[in-house]
Amino acid sequence: MAGLVLKDIRKSYGAVDVLHGIDLEIAQGEFVVFVGPSGCGKSTLLRMIAGLEEISSGDLTIGGQRVNEVPPSRRGIAMVFQSYALYPHMTVYDNMAFGMRIAKESKTEIDRRVRAAADILQLTPYLERLPKALSGGQRQRVAIGRAICRDPKVFLFDEPLSNLDAALRVATRIEIAKLNETMPDTTMIYVTHDQVEAMTLADRIVVLSAGHIEQVGAPLELYERPANLFVARFIGSPAMNIIPAKIEQGGATTVITLAGGKSVTLDIATDTALAGEAASFGVRPEDLSLADEGEDYLFEGEIVIVEQLGEVTLLYIGGLVENEPIIAKIPGIADVQKGQKMRFTAPRRKLHLFDKTGLSLLK
Amino acid sequence: MDMALRLRRIGLPRLIVHISVLVIVLLWLLPTLGIMVSSLRDKNQLAVSGWWTALSTSTRTEAVRLGTGGAPVQEGGLYVMTGNVLTEASGKTITAFGTRIQEPAAHKIGEPLDLGDGETLKLSADGSYRYEKNAPFDAARGKRIYLTLTTPPEFTFDNYRTVVNAEGIGRSFINSLTVTIPATIIPILIAAFAAYALAWMQFPGRTLIIAMVVGLIVVPLQMSLIPLLRMYNEIGLLFGVPSKTYAGIWLAHTAFGMPLAIFLLRNYIVGLPREIIESARVDGASDFEIFVKIVLPLSFPALASFAIFQFLWVWNDLLIAMVFLGTAKDQLVLTGSLNALLGSRGGNWEILTASAFITILVPLIVFFSLQRYLVRGLLAGSVKGG
Repeated sequence: MAGLVLKDIRKSYGAVDVLHGIDLEIAQGEFVVFVGPSGCGKSTLLRMIAGLEEISSGDLTIGGQRVNEVPPSRRGIAMVFQSYALYPHMTVYDNMAFGMRIAKESKTEIDRRVRAAADILQLTPYLERLPKALSGGQRQRVAIGRAICRDPKVFLFDEPLSNLDAALRVATRIEIAKLNETMPDTTMIYVTHDQVEAMTLADRIVVLSAGHIEQVGAPLELYERPANLFVARFIGSPAMNIIPAKIEQGGATTVITLAGGKSVTLDIATDTALAGEAASFGVRPEDLSLADEGEDYLFEGEIVIVEQLGEVTLLYIGGLVENEPIIAKIPGIADVQKGQKMRFTAPRRKLHLFDKTGLSLLK
Repeated sequence: MDMALRLRRIGLPRLIVHISVLVIVLLWLLPTLGIMVSSLRDKNQLAVSGWWTALSTSTRTEAVRLGTGGAPVQEGGLYVMTGNVLTEASGKTITAFGTRIQEPAAHKIGEPLDLGDGETLKLSADGSYRYEKNAPFDAARGKRIYLTLTTPPEFTFDNYRTVVNAEGIGRSFINSLTVTIPATIIPILIAAFAAYALAWMQFPGRTLIIAMVVGLIVVPLQMSLIPLLRMYNEIGLLFGVPSKTYAGIWLAHTAFGMPLAIFLLRNYIVGLPREIIESARVDGASDFEIFVKIVLPLSFPALASFAIFQFLWVWNDLLIAMVFLGTAKDQLVLTGSLNALLGSRGGNWEILTASAFITILVPLIVFFSLQRYLVRGLLAGSVKGG
């Protein structure tokens, strides 16, 4: 059972606490993505799993065995670095064979595994080249190939696509997804700050912020039912619109008043004791649509900016929230002018409500 | 117009820089060129004219005796002696001659000269002469005349042959190599290990050791010379071995070169991408394997640049060689030999220049062969590479 268990993992550099009590269980064969803004501790967590950083306190278990003190090469892991970390003075073949040569495997075994990995990643024509004669995407594939050759239980990816250009990023992302399919028993942990990579590759996403886990769940679960304001604003682009509101009445359905005075009814069950409390109302830009005449609407506002992307139109509505326009994403090319006053509505089941501490009231 | 325009575009400050560089280059090149040319010249020519005239003919004065040719022959009432004052076909030509040493160029060649006493001398440019007298020649030895000769430029390797065999420079050359090569290799080996440990291994007191190493660079070797020699002598006494051996000087040079070596190498090794070393760690390599298989091959520019420094320093060193090796004739290094030659053969420029050029030759070869690593090795670590 080569799953991972992280129990109350903490990390501090001297007096500075970087990770505060991470608890996580990862099943074997799962593809887990650590995502979060810069400085949230996701790379540190990955390096602690790899054994490149000391674990200040807590237990890390890989495949049932506590590995806190075990050196990286014996944890059964392989790591793909952001800057590829290829050995510049060795050929692609030697780069991939390095680990096995250190472990004193037989020549035939080394050759077999290297060629198998090269075959999976279409690197066979480049086996005799030096890294400096390869493009960025090829170098990244060699780095992945080198990791494959270690035959690990856990694959660790540290922002592997950040150094690639946009088109290459998409292609390599698909390669990683295919790799995941060909190795169903290998656990993969992937660190990124890009939520598109997270949403497309993950079985489960772990959202981290300032050393805490904000939420763990499947991509769509995080999208449809964010546990708090942070996750709500992190997943989805453009981010979810958050409008300050006041709870008028709790109960099986909740009535709130938006800033600006409009009253909205939500299909969210809340405690009646919350009446009078401040809250945050959330609705995603893609869920907003222009309200027809006479239709019930959520809010009305003046359009300050119109961005035509061809595929969608982004409308920035000012006046409701101080300093921050509300964004609506209308499909296609909308016939709307800047300066127009428009009304917007959204399906009731797509509305979110967060209490004054930021926690979602959606159960 | 075009030149003026180009000069103006370069701008005065850059022009000054270019000219200064040119002046400095000439300042360094000319003496070296002078030594090389002088060392190849015939020693007689060298004594007379400077090396910058080496390619033109030189003039000098020589004394010869007539009557070294054939025996006198009687022709009618005259006794005639013919011969040639120039013994070798050396391409020399006589431009003038004289009978008194104060005026070696008093008489023109080709014209018969009346010497008085009924003697007539006719001398040609190629040295053949016709000496006539109306009485039998009575001088026991030939008459001495003074020639003003012009000789073409002569270049020869004789000076080198003399210097290497007779003056012992050949032996000193071997001694210098024996001292320098190990004294370059040993510090590099030790310092590379130390530099890796100080760059990439964690242990308590690491920062302190780095600070100490940097501080030790400042210590001048003259300060530690006498205590070190005293220590060598005591150790020699203790073990009953001579204190002035090659091993001693290798250790001394290693010690003096280590702080700079560790400093330079550590600076370079610390600049290696950290992820390469981490990746090797994940691959299961021990610290030693990482050092040998990854760090050392990638550090070659720094190793080469330090090797140049250390080689030049040890090769040119006189003080440590004399103190730790002694001044016995067969133990002297090149610098010591050169120093001794200055005293005993100071006037023989051909020997001095040939020895000097032999001494210069090896560092020049080392420098030019490893030169492209010098700048790379020094500056690396300040700019991140792949």
